[in-house]
Amino acid sequence: MKLRQINEYTWEIPKQGDMKVPAVIYSSSSLIEGVTKDRALDQARNMACLSGIQKAAYVMPDAHQGYGFPIGGVAGFDMDQGIISPGGVGYDINCGVRLLRTDFNEKELSSHKKVLIDAIFNKIPTGVGKGRSRTLKGKEIKQICIQGARWVVEKGYGVQEDLERTEEQGCIKPADPGFLSSRAISRGSNQLGSLGSGNHFLELQKVTQIYDSKTAETFGINSKDQILVMIHCGSRGLGHQVASDYIKLMEKEIGTQGLPDRQLVNAPIQSKLGEKYYKAMNSAVNFAFANRQMIAHLIREVFENVLGTSGNMKQVYDVCHNVAKFEDHKIKGKNTRMCIHRKGATRSFGPGHKEIPNIYRHEGQPVLIPGSMGTSSYVLVGTQKAEQLSFSSTAHGAGRVMSRRQALRSFRGEKIKKELESRGIELRAAGWKSVAEEASQVYKDVDEVVRVSDSLGIGKSVVKADPIAVIKG
Amino acid sequence: MKNLKFQYLDHTGDAQFRAFGDSLEQAFQNAAQATANLMWDPDQIKGRIKKRIQISGKDREQLLVNFLEELVFLFESQEFLLHSVMDLSIKQVKKGFHLEALFLGDRLSEEHDIYGSVKAVTYNDMKIKSNDHYMVQVVLDI
Repeated sequence: MKLRQINEYTWEIPKQGDMKVPAVIYSSSSLIEGVTKDRALDQARNMACLSGIQKAAYVMPDAHQGYGFPIGGVAGFDMDQGIISPGGVGYDINCGVRLLRTDFNEKELSSHKKVLIDAIFNKIPTGVGKGRSRTLKGKEIKQICIQGARWVVEKGYGVQEDLERTEEQGCIKPADPGFLSSRAISRGSNQLGSLGSGNHFLELQKVTQIYDSKTAETFGINSKDQILVMIHCGSRGLGHQVASDYIKLMEKEIGTQGLPDRQLVNAPIQSKLGEKYYKAMNSAVNFAFANRQMIAHLIREVFENVLGTSGNMKQVYDVCHNVAKFEDHKIKGKNTRMCIHRKGATRSFGPGHKEIPNIYRHEGQPVLIPGSMGTSSYVLVGTQKAEQLSFSSTAHGAGRVMSRRQALRSFRGEKIKKELESRGIELRAAGWKSVAEEASQVYKDVDEVVRVSDSLGIGKSVVKADPIAVIKG
Repeated sequence: MKNLKFQYLDHTGDAQFRAFGDSLEQAFQNAAQATANLMWDPDQIKGRIKKRIQISGKDREQLLVNFLEELVFLFESQEFLLHSVMDLSIKQVKKGFHLEALFLGDRLSEEHDIYGSVKAVTYNDMKIKSNDHYMVQVVLDI
């Protein structure tokens, strides 16, 4: 495959064969090797073959092989000619990140850290098959799918301000749980307020670097050593089932003929099935917003129980990084409604965008980039340049470089815990295996991923934070 | 290699395996073992609960996806842990393929060690080969 370097941070696979547009890869001299090693570029080329794709198939700096789209793939489709694809969103619909800020600094928290992390670990179900003891009724699940985080706040678990500071105000429309299978509903019934497993985590972090103090201050982050809380999880079994169900339905009704990969099965946006998937996916998006809202509430509760106060724990923002959305973008200078797929990519709206809450509109949308276990995480701010370069998108995390099998051969969970402890990081995990699989060495260098985003201008660095306590799903 | 039931391959983001058998049925059976083995050790699970399952698919690939998804679904919705698959039969029918089998397993309790998860079964790089020996290759989203 021809891969051409355009500038320091941009590569291109020129349009060839069945490609309708070129593929554009944002990377760096040190990251590009990892991208070419697995099948991420083949998958980027496949993306570029889909009906109605506009401008280019974009690949973010943290990209790696997925199925259907690569992880880190962004594609915009024409509303009339284009398609919507579960393989362009991923199984974990609205996997995302929520960040909370506190008035505490590291010193104030240090003597309570162990008690605090143990209490959170006990409160929030973590790991495989671990749901909450209270099972929600089908009717309640459906209501959550319509109302999202709003449902949780109305029950008294959170404040209005949390909603304002969530992508889509924590409730995307239109959502219709009538298009969810009974299997999807039953997989969601005991999972609200649970973390799940895999790469999902919950962290207490301390601010270690402020790159843009004015923007940081607007986001409620004022000083080094300030304590933040990061939540990384998604729509759990409910979302996974929606993806599986609609892949099956699309195969049945539309088929996979002419597609380079069966996993890219899709439906025209303007079709009954396309509309059903869109509304079912939005239901899962809302379920995930509600899930992170519930977890945030539980964490506040633990802080209040242990420390007597949540320390003015306010939400900075909540982003989703596995989703397809209808957004306006410029095509040939004209504002055009499109269906933007972000699979392992974060929305990055620049200053002035109407979707950004008033308090942040002058600066731009907060972009939350979680690191891997034991490494830094970042807060970035969206830019107008991202609109031109990547349909307002940037990276979503570190991105894997090593398989879980290799990780298990190379690392031991117990040893990782010791290493982290020697660096002052408390670790609680459901099992050692997931700790070894998620060792920071199996990920790309998140610092480099963020450097590429910042240098390209698709998301500018605001704050860097390092973990002081980690709960691993 | 003749007695090898399944092997895992390296995959950057997810889990990939090949399962083998003298028949398609046996390869499917071993695929279920390979999938369960990512979450718990099937040998450590007692076979005291029986579940009769019926699956259909328009082709062998879809049949395999639906079959393995059943295992994931039963775990998440009913906390059912698979020990082994018995009496697996696959028939060609008018609209594709039909599978029947008996799942033996146990309900999740404190004594069980669950060490991994499978979110979904994908078609990515799926291969079903039948020369003199059967092989199925699957990528799981974990």
